[in-house]
Amino acid sequence: MDSHTLAAQTADTGHVEDEHAPFLRHHFESVPQQREAATFGMWLFLTTEIMFFGGLFCSYLIFRNWYYPAFVAGSHTLHIWAGTLNTTVLIVSSFTMAMAVHAAETRVRRALMGWMIATLILGCGFLCVKAYEWHDEWVDHHVPGLNFGPESFLHGTKAYPDDKLPLDVAEKTQLYFSLYFLMTGMHALHMIIGVSLLTILLIQVRGGKYVNGHVAPIENFGLYWHFVDIVWIFLFPLLYLISRHQ
Amino acid sequence: MSTILSLPDQSTASLPKVSYLNKEYGLKSWLLTQDHKRIAILYLIAITFFFFVGGAMAALIRLELLTPQTDLLAADTYNKVFSAHGIIMVFFFLVPVAPAVLGNFLIPLMIGARDVAFPKINLLSWYLFVSGGCIELTMMVFGGVDTGWTFTTPLSTHYLNTNVVAAAMGIFVAGFSSILTGLNFLVTIHRMRAPGMTWFRLPLFIWSYYATSFIFVLATPVIAIALVLVVLERIIGIGVFDPAKGGDPLLFQHLFWFYSHPAVYVMILPGMGVISEVVACFCRKRVFGYTAVAFSSVAIGVFSFFVWAHHMFIMGISSYSALVFSLMTMLVAVPSAIKIFNWSATMYKGSITFDTPMLYTLGFIGLFTIGGLTGVFLASMGMDIHLTETYFVVAHFHFVMVGGMVTAFMAGLHFWWPKITGRMYPESMGRIAAVILFTGFNLTFFPQFILGYLGMPRRYAAYPPEFQVLNVFSSAGATVLAVGYLLPLLYLTWSLKYGKIAGANPWQAAGLEWEIQSPPLTENFPVTPIVTHEAYDYEWLASKKGSEVPTVG
Amino acid sequence: MAELKHHDEPTHHEHHIVSPGVYLAICATLLVLTATTTAVSYVDLGEYNTVVALAIACTKMTLVVLFFMHIKYSSKLTKLTVAAGFFTFIVLIMMTMTDYISRAWGRW
Repeated sequence: MDSHTLAAQTADTGHVEDEHAPFLRHHFESVPQQREAATFGMWLFLTTEIMFFGGLFCSYLIFRNWYYPAFVAGSHTLHIWAGTLNTTVLIVSSFTMAMAVHAAETRVRRALMGWMIATLILGCGFLCVKAYEWHDEWVDHHVPGLNFGPESFLHGTKAYPDDKLPLDVAEKTQLYFSLYFLMTGMHALHMIIGVSLLTILLIQVRGGKYVNGHVAPIENFGLYWHFVDIVWIFLFPLLYLISRHQ
Repeated sequence: MSTILSLPDQSTASLPKVSYLNKEYGLKSWLLTQDHKRIAILYLIAITFFFFVGGAMAALIRLELLTPQTDLLAADTYNKVFSAHGIIMVFFFLVPVAPAVLGNFLIPLMIGARDVAFPKINLLSWYLFVSGGCIELTMMVFGGVDTGWTFTTPLSTHYLNTNVVAAAMGIFVAGFSSILTGLNFLVTIHRMRAPGMTWFRLPLFIWSYYATSFIFVLATPVIAIALVLVVLERIIGIGVFDPAKGGDPLLFQHLFWFYSHPAVYVMILPGMGVISEVVACFCRKRVFGYTAVAFSSVAIGVFSFFVWAHHMFIMGISSYSALVFSLMTMLVAVPSAIKIFNWSATMYKGSITFDTPMLYTLGFIGLFTIGGLTGVFLASMGMDIHLTETYFVVAHFHFVMVGGMVTAFMAGLHFWWPKITGRMYPESMGRIAAVILFTGFNLTFFPQFILGYLGMPRRYAAYPPEFQVLNVFSSAGATVLAVGYLLPLLYLTWSLKYGKIAGANPWQAAGLEWEIQSPPLTENFPVTPIVTHEAYDYEWLASKKGSEVPTVG
Repeated sequence: MAELKHHDEPTHHEHHIVSPGVYLAICATLLVLTATTTAVSYVDLGEYNTVVALAIACTKMTLVVLFFMHIKYSSKLTKLTVAAGFFTFIVLIMMTMTDYISRAWGRW
């Protein structure tokens, strides 16, 4: 009996308005329950993403320890300015995305659209810089499997004249570039998916959705976007920075 | 306030006018459904299909092994057949069968929810599963793959020109189906429980499925990336698994078994959940040591992430590392044994009735114990060097997977069949099938322990003539086993139309799912139930009737 | 209703809306850390270069997770989920490394 009364009270005092929200799906009791389920589901999805990238990070760790000089030399060929620029771009885009979620929570449509467009532009900017870098690596014959030659590591470079590797070591740089392309490629794939989803959400927001308290899709997309940012936060030091001083 | 108000009289039971089965009609209403119960049925149909495809492959294997020569299948055809058997049975039958069929149907019913948390994603995961399966079948039609189900590098990346890429992509797609199913269950169990359904009032079935789901979510992505790497290695030669380029083939096995060993527990944990329910019902007792059984499920789930390299003891991994993995593997025996002991203790002084689900359950307990204990042999490194890659291993995992999981699934399917369809199957046929299955199974796989111990390697189409007697035993047993599987297919299908009407609770079982009509309404519970007691209140049920509650059958 | 539903974790905690000021501060901190880690990478600290770079990356991640992703204001369940993800990741790395570290022991 107690439980019935309590349930009735909660319904009365709590979310009377929300009980009839148009976006409440039939199998949920209340809007908070639906929202928490969505957030929890998203976080579980992100844990699978951690493990997905985890396999690559694990491979990177192993091969970096095996072929340390090759990984150092490979790392030296990357443009540190591009990496830093991209890190900055992504961090700022995370900020704009966080602001977009804030705008959705405070139900301001213009602000929401503005922040989402800013995020979209920054995301595309990141991809452009990345594409530029990849193009450079293609020109330098650093794409494993398709277009790879160890020649550039045999004689040292202007910036790093010490990078004169024996041929067998120089060939191991291919593994560095394999992992570089796998990790940045998987990351860029996630960025492309993110940009596409963001475009769809943006069109929906333009049609008036997500500013009536139904924040979960925006919020969950935000989580995804921040996660992709976090992956880059680790890729940046691992691929660009930690061998820079040598 | 009590949850079981009246126990229906079986003789006058009638089918409810409206249920999830007849609410809507037409193919479209099934293919676009978001109802967890209908999705479970879709899975059941798809998975039964894959089971019999895989079974046909097994039949070919056993026929070939009837004689020592390669007379029925050429050696490379044989390789493709056992690979197809392994891939279909592991990824398209064993991994999804219990979670996707029984879990989808029962988890919302058992916790008092109207549906799983994300019904659309649930449907999506069925489509992913079917797409993955179609890729796999197409791949087999166009020449198949002969890596075995393990895709071991460098064999799969460098030495074969069969359809490895297609096979890997099929599994990749089906893997997403597993991830989404696991994700859905976790959110459902955490967020959708009915008022009063506390963690320690949950049926043990739910605890098992909880452990299964977190393995799905955390382990499956790793095989996804491993398979992507194999595909890229084959297509463009990235070199991560290529020793010539400095890569390490063993790395693939680490990543592969990081998923595939936990996946073994994905295959057995749901079975354990089923057994807990069935044992309690047919002994009319609360499961002995509820908390221990619940936590042993979680413990198996957690340990499963620490044991994978026992598949690689002879592959050239560090022997120091192997020692750690060996020790961790033996630890898994502890929670498994806790379960076996607790089920036995539940049966002690229980009022046991030997209905079909209980017969399967007793079969499970015996077979799983043998399978589990031979697992401890294989976990000890010295024994493993002698036994690995022989038929001993084949027998071991068939005892766990087929003797354990499939038997448990059959127990669950028979136990909940009246709930799923509203009709009973012919009980005598059920019992006969259970006995045939048990006999056939032992006849098929027990000789393989001996064969393996004597040194017959697995995955060969030919063998020395002195092994023939035991192989003939095994092949003969396989025909008995086939009858054991075909029989339920026939009488369960028959019962859809001609079975006796079951009524809401034919087994007089406790548990939320038995309080609603069978088959249930689309929305499961017309009024959200309020739970006041735990799932195994058989003492209470008995006192309600004034005498021991009889079972039907 | 929801009160009754979950005995193990609080459900009805007010959904916390983080103020833009906090976001701005976090963003600024992240940018400063990015500049720092890039600058430090040119200084030769021996093996500590890696340590410093990863420590900074971890700090940045923690900030993003706690504030941008609202974990600081989330339920215990969500916190636990994040922890479980990282824990399994560590298990993957650690248990794999037990093999790679000791594979050559005794074989020199």
